[in-house]
Amino acid sequence: MKVGLFVPCYVDALYPNVGVATFKLLKKLGLDVEYPERQTCCGQPMGNAGFEGKSKKLVEHYNDIFSAYDYVVAPSASCSAYVRLFHKRIAGHECQAAERTMDVVEFIHDVVKPTQLPWCTFNHKVSLHNSCHGVRELGLSSPSERNVPQFNKIKDLLQLVDGITVLEPERVDECCGFGGMFSIEETAVSTRMGHDKIQRHIATGAEFITGPDSSCLMHMQGIIAKNKGKFSRLDGNGDIKFIHVVEILASGL
Amino acid sequence: MSTDHSKRAAQFNADANRVSRHDQTFWGVRAKRDTLAKGIPEWEQLREAASQIKKHTITHLADYLEQFEAAATRNGAIVHWASNAVEYNSIVSDILQSHNVKKVVKSKSMLTEECHLNEHLELQGIDVVETDLGERILQLMKLAPSHIVMPAIHITREQVAECFSNKGVSPLSQYGVDDPVPDDLSDPTYLTRCARYHLRNNFMTADCGMTGANFGIAETGDIVVCTNEGNADMSTSIPKLHIVSMGIEKLVPNYKSMAVFQRLLARHGTGQATTVYTSHFRKPRPGGEMHIILVDNGRSSILNNPDHWQTLKCMRCGACMNTCPVYRRSGGYSYSYFIPGPIGINLGMLRNPAEHYGNCSACSLCCSCDNVCPVKVDLSTQIYKWRQELDSHGNADPMKKIMSKGMAALFEHPSLYTSALRCAPMVNHLPECLTNIKINTWCEGHAMPVMAKASFHELWKKGLVTNENKK
Repeated sequence: MKVGLFVPCYVDALYPNVGVATFKLLKKLGLDVEYPERQTCCGQPMGNAGFEGKSKKLVEHYNDIFSAYDYVVAPSASCSAYVRLFHKRIAGHECQAAERTMDVVEFIHDVVKPTQLPWCTFNHKVSLHNSCHGVRELGLSSPSERNVPQFNKIKDLLQLVDGITVLEPERVDECCGFGGMFSIEETAVSTRMGHDKIQRHIATGAEFITGPDSSCLMHMQGIIAKNKGKFSRLDGNGDIKFIHVVEILASGL
Repeated sequence: MSTDHSKRAAQFNADANRVSRHDQTFWGVRAKRDTLAKGIPEWEQLREAASQIKKHTITHLADYLEQFEAAATRNGAIVHWASNAVEYNSIVSDILQSHNVKKVVKSKSMLTEECHLNEHLELQGIDVVETDLGERILQLMKLAPSHIVMPAIHITREQVAECFSNKGVSPLSQYGVDDPVPDDLSDPTYLTRCARYHLRNNFMTADCGMTGANFGIAETGDIVVCTNEGNADMSTSIPKLHIVSMGIEKLVPNYKSMAVFQRLLARHGTGQATTVYTSHFRKPRPGGEMHIILVDNGRSSILNNPDHWQTLKCMRCGACMNTCPVYRRSGGYSYSYFIPGPIGINLGMLRNPAEHYGNCSACSLCCSCDNVCPVKVDLSTQIYKWRQELDSHGNADPMKKIMSKGMAALFEHPSLYTSALRCAPMVNHLPECLTNIKINTWCEGHAMPVMAKASFHELWKKGLVTNENKK
């Protein structure tokens, strides 16, 4: 099985460790992973801003560089969802690469299906950030709005980690207010949503907020950095911290 | 970068406690809905059935409308057709004039808001009295609804007390009730009693009762109206003249399909198993008249819109507003259209894009609304689609356009992208006075993210991305 690693633009520039952790984890799981170097962005920033048409070339480029792989795996639920749900319509034709694109949590949970992750130890309490596109577009967990059997693929994987305590905030999958262009266009509401979300994560007693989308984490992290000292953990040991799910799953590698 | 919505939302957010109250109130309704939903094993099948029934009905609308008209006429009702708001308003005033009506009591109807009926009738000297308590409070305060189901939820009881006192709804003593006056004049029981007497006097003296319609049953010609206050029943029980205003999309084929919606409407709207009153109107009262006005006012052109026709499935329950994290934190008045929230963004754009495009920013694309909607309208996808159309209407934000063009240029050229990545860490060393500038609205609420010293691309090129064997 050949896996193409897609490291979305902002992960590339801001959170390279998340990309590194994804690569290490996939290798450790015995997969044949390649990183096509000419990759850039999935096109979502333009689409959400209302300029989907401007990402046409990008969509074709994505399809070209990733078509050769059995799966394309990305450490970002939102980018994976955009590729899988929107690329075909933007391109105006079937996109093989898009159909085979999966978020890393989804891929490990549904395709690799490990029953143990013996290398992982994470002796911390984490509050799980169920990000919107992960929940409602990729189906990483059952949406709180629906009357369907409850499941959470992120939690399933995290529970294989030794020493971890996985908690979830009240309003388990309410939006944190990032929303790409939304956060710079609707600053007041976006920031308020972020404040509320961080408070609910803190109220779980967690030391870390973890999730499958660095974008949501970046938004909340930016709010905390702007308001130093206002978001301390319940245990009093400083501000709540952030870690991508993959960094936990690859801890020890 | 800002929009009409974001500017008004920022004003709403100036009072953090008000935002908290508003958010908690509507989240509470959402939570009640969730509890009820989880008590019904066939919940998701009901939503699917409701969606299918609505799709079927609106795609066979001409047939069902004729069936409805025939049945209603057989029952003794008089059916009118209005293609737009002007026609609708004049049909109503013609009926009222021919009966020499001086006072109309109305139960809640979003359609009359849409067509600005009250203003039209008031210009003709007709006394129009809203009888839904929330609507009556707003009417007395000369305010618009801020939510379609709980229109006056943003008004405090202190404000109601002041309004009642100014407008002569209080004191209670004027109604011949000599109970002691409470110390707190904003006491809810006291205010409710004042409202009861005030409305009762209006019911008793009205010449016409008007209702909306939550549903019209094509097979039987029946009108179904759901209220919690019984005001539709009071409005139609005393005056002999009953006028029903119904959008043409409100039809369902028969009672069997009605049963599906009956189970969904109140559970979604207010988190109740059912509204306190579900009233079925079939024919005029003895010696009276029942008029039913079927209103198009843009609905058939929505039906003709391939991207947005499914908004016609909407039954105006308000669940999308209650769940919307943006609505809950920006309030109904931050939207330019009289219907706020996700469905309002869409309906406003269908009504007049040039006037309402400023609402399209009010969505983080969290997709929660899609998952609560009882008839499965794809609300967030539709908002996304409207955003794609703004540029062709000339309403796109110029800064967003520049940014999108710039991003596209950068991402289309991998070599340019990798050089940009190499330079990115330099941004970290810019002084805050250069990044925290007006144009960079991100910095209003956030600190700038820190660029990594070396991007993933660079680490990869240098061979530093390795598996555990090399570590």
